[in-house]
Amino acid sequence: MKIIVCIKQVPETQEIRLDPVTHTLLREGVKSIINPFDLYALEEGLRARERQGGTVTVLSMGPPQAGDALREALTYGADDAVLLSDRAFAGADTWATAFTLARGITKLGGADLILCGKQAIDGDTAQVGPEMAAFLDLPYVAWARKLTFVDSEVLQVERLLDHGYDGIEVRLPALITVVKEINEPRVPSFKAKLRAKSQKIPVLSLPDLELEPDQVGLPGSFTQVVKVFPPPARGARELWEGTPTELANRLWTRLQELKIG
Amino acid sequence: MNYLLTEEQQMLQELATQIAEERIKPVRAELDEEERFPTEIVQDLAQSDLFGVIIPEAYGGLGLGCLENCLVLEALSRACVGVATTYAASFLGAYPILLFGSEAQKGQYLPELARGDKLAAFALTESQAGSDAGGIQTVAVKDGDDYVLDGTKQWITNAGEAETYTVIAITDRAKGARGASAFIVESSDTGISFGKKEKKMGIRSSATREIIFQNCRIPADRRLGKEGQGFIIALKTLDYSRPGVGALAVGLAQGALEESVHFARQRHQFGTPIISFQAIQHMLADMATEIEAARALLYAVARYIDSQPKDFTKQSAMAKLFPTDVAMRVTTDAVQILAGHGYMREYPVEKMMRDAKILQIFEGTNQIQRNIIGQALNKEFSKKGK
Repeated sequence: MKIIVCIKQVPETQEIRLDPVTHTLLREGVKSIINPFDLYALEEGLRARERQGGTVTVLSMGPPQAGDALREALTYGADDAVLLSDRAFAGADTWATAFTLARGITKLGGADLILCGKQAIDGDTAQVGPEMAAFLDLPYVAWARKLTFVDSEVLQVERLLDHGYDGIEVRLPALITVVKEINEPRVPSFKAKLRAKSQKIPVLSLPDLELEPDQVGLPGSFTQVVKVFPPPARGARELWEGTPTELANRLWTRLQELKIG
Repeated sequence: MNYLLTEEQQMLQELATQIAEERIKPVRAELDEEERFPTEIVQDLAQSDLFGVIIPEAYGGLGLGCLENCLVLEALSRACVGVATTYAASFLGAYPILLFGSEAQKGQYLPELARGDKLAAFALTESQAGSDAGGIQTVAVKDGDDYVLDGTKQWITNAGEAETYTVIAITDRAKGARGASAFIVESSDTGISFGKKEKKMGIRSSATREIIFQNCRIPADRRLGKEGQGFIIALKTLDYSRPGVGALAVGLAQGALEESVHFARQRHQFGTPIISFQAIQHMLADMATEIEAARALLYAVARYIDSQPKDFTKQSAMAKLFPTDVAMRVTTDAVQILAGHGYMREYPVEKMMRDAKILQIFEGTNQIQRNIIGQALNKEFSKKGK
């Protein structure tokens, strides 16, 4: 089974700074990490390999230093890593990012299973995974909290919902985005760390992907971040269970307490 | 301090530190409180290849030496000596096989220990045989192609959790110090059973139990080395493992120092952080200086051992003695600096002080270490004819 795990290098700090003109993230001087949700995707890829055999390739699009994130992914036991990097890719929105990554996957000969974190902690869009599936014309399931292989071609997925989960069966090849409930990522291994130190990470550029400059990066993007602001905090919510009478009584009491009734 | 570690050694340190920070620190108080064996962390350590540090590459290990072993132990014990002891005790059990095992024995047992699929334990101590290993009562009687073991080992770290035991038993009492032999016993052998988990002052997540041998029959090819080599095997094993105890001590003391400095900078009294008082500064200064001295001694001895000298018993004893005494003083002072907070289980230093005490006791009390060093000095100077 050929498994591709897409990862993103993100700034570690919570105190992000933005470019006042382009509204994109300023990354200079900020320590970078693998997007935490992607580590769950990587772990799930490694577990799928243990069950089904095959290889795990980690893929990322980003500046050359994103190679560090890929090298770190190798220390967890991924077989190889590929970086999509070109100045022309800069400023990509989720469309252009997903388009470029999808092309990268096609250039790598496709995959039986593509895994992504549910979203990145910097952009928080949760769009790139599903968009890639659309470009690749593959089925996808987002927010997976459990994967079970029925056989080498069919995957059972539990999709996390607010108050429960959906049971979904999907035919491979497919793309899955995972939530942190899905597993506990392993620790790196020393032997993999030694291997990763000298392992070659191929870099694919715009010509390698056979794309035009206006299909990628800022020119290939349909959206632009105009303003970034913290959303207003939602008030505290409570979930009550009980018979209609109990709930009605409880609600009436609470409304009186809150001096609304 | 820069100890001129190689890139590989630094990577090992980083990995052990990552496991200590991410996996051990968050649960150490809970493991201690519940006296719970750290099964999940043992799995993490296995996944990380760290159970292979001293095992040769030919047997699936990393083929590294005493210094690398010390670096890992130090990094782990900075978070929790209880967990680090569980890990270290597996090496203690592996050393006799590594040092004295036949090719067949090494091929059978070392790969699974290197992978961390199985844990090992070393069984020497008995109720009448502590510092005086000559008091061993457990016997191994040759019976055809087998040995039959009878007796009880006491306070054995990892007993009941490990699958592979290296056991010292008497094969010929008349021969005195040459009357003991070493054996590999498996937890699945008939006639081996374990006592209840002992309730301890510190390192409470580690498992300490009695091992009871009742008519425990093992094939003769489980004997390590020659018959009568048992005490030599035990002493050589301890020569190799004692710097590891020193490493546990350095890591523990470092952890206690860090908690102390952090607290002293946060805690305000008389309108100022208590680190601004000389009384506190001087305590911290002594702690930091003693830890650095202990670390420098430990690394120097570890490097000396890795140079494969013929005899390093004295140096090995020093590398256990000094750091463990330092750890006891440093953790006691850490509780003093955190004072009321330090005495509460909500803060980690009271556990560190409880954990420190065992380091002065196990693998030879510090009084025994002083005996070893003293006797070595006597021997050295008698050779020089002075």
